[in-house]
Amino acid sequence: MLQVRNLSCARGGVPVLNAVSFDVAAGQALILRGPNGVGKTTLLRTLAGVQPALDGTVDFPEEQGAYASHADGIKAALSVTENLVFWAEVYGGDLPDDILEKFDLTDLRDRPGGTLSAGQKRRLGLARLGVIGRKVLFLDEPTVSLDRFSVKLFADWLRGHLAAGGIAVIATHIDLGLDAPELDLTPYRAAPDAHGGSDEAFL
Amino acid sequence: MIALLLRDLRLAVRAGGGFGLGLAFFLIVVVLVPFGVGPDTALLSAIAPGIFWVASLLAALLSLDRIFALDFEDGSLTLLATSPLPFEGAALMKALAHWITTGLPLTVAAPALGFLLNLAPEAYVYLLLSLLLGTPALSMIGTFGAGLTVGLRRGGLLLSLLVLPLYVPTLIFGAEAVRRGADGLDPTGALMLLAGITVGGFALLPFATAAVLRINLR
Repeated sequence: MLQVRNLSCARGGVPVLNAVSFDVAAGQALILRGPNGVGKTTLLRTLAGVQPALDGTVDFPEEQGAYASHADGIKAALSVTENLVFWAEVYGGDLPDDILEKFDLTDLRDRPGGTLSAGQKRRLGLARLGVIGRKVLFLDEPTVSLDRFSVKLFADWLRGHLAAGGIAVIATHIDLGLDAPELDLTPYRAAPDAHGGSDEAFL
Repeated sequence: MIALLLRDLRLAVRAGGGFGLGLAFFLIVVVLVPFGVGPDTALLSAIAPGIFWVASLLAALLSLDRIFALDFEDGSLTLLATSPLPFEGAALMKALAHWITTGLPLTVAAPALGFLLNLAPEAYVYLLLSLLLGTPALSMIGTFGAGLTVGLRRGGLLLSLLVLPLYVPTLIFGAEAVRRGADGLDPTGALMLLAGITVGGFALLPFATAAVLRINLR
């Protein structure tokens, strides 16, 4: 369902990854590995369409893609439920009844986003993925600041998502306990003197 | 798209959102001018249209840098960019929310302040009308400027420098409409041009705003 061919991408006009190719079938996940700065975030942003690719193709049903970045997009002045309802409305759906339980947010439902701890914010940010009902997920370090229990909650949810035919491309440094292939990005690192940044005129 | 508008309005009303900030600033400028200029009523009524319009411009400018900056910092702008919501529509809703929280309140409040500046009685209706037609353009042009400078450190100052020159046509025709109304002349031409700028801005600038935001998010 997700097909990536010869994808090259750049960060700030400097090419970081060169000719990445992989396939992910429905119900499968792919774990991206590699040291800091290798280009995991850049690859995910390119896959999600936030930034254009230098070269190559990304093929998946575009109306099914969703991106979760380091930042959760939580509004401090809105309550947990209001934050989720907003995203449900943007994606034209309703709030699933069990979403608060699945991410252990039931007790926090009326708390303003600004008073949540870092881990609670992360759980709220991940709960957004359950609200928007997209199949192809691009997840950038989804478990940062989560405790062990919450990591397990998220892994359980993710397993359910995959079992329902979903796809996930995940950049992470920890073991989520998923039975998923790993892709080390180190061999795809672009040569330091590579050219072709399309943004040069804007820099 | 309505969800985004409602969210922005809700955020503006809640603590720290800055609802009424523009209005308070507008009130203070209009109240301070007679202190500075002195009690010459003829002079005050001559400069009243210009003061009202310059004060509206500055009040609108005050909250512009918040339009996208907060969404950019907490990541929701990127999430919105990848959502099914057309980015152009998001830009339009942002401009609309800004107008409802700044332009609309000061439009409603301006006639009540006319007497402070000894505004000619005939001009009140044109003051209201010109602000109603002109302030949406201030929000829309400002939203474009905010999109252009989002993510820049100290972008607020650059934003003012970029946006204020673009406000000049609105300022000229807005103040001119009120002045002609006060002098008993026909202000239709000025009001039509004012409405033209607003309508043209709302037709074109959402696309320009979405384009610059996409570049800034890269």
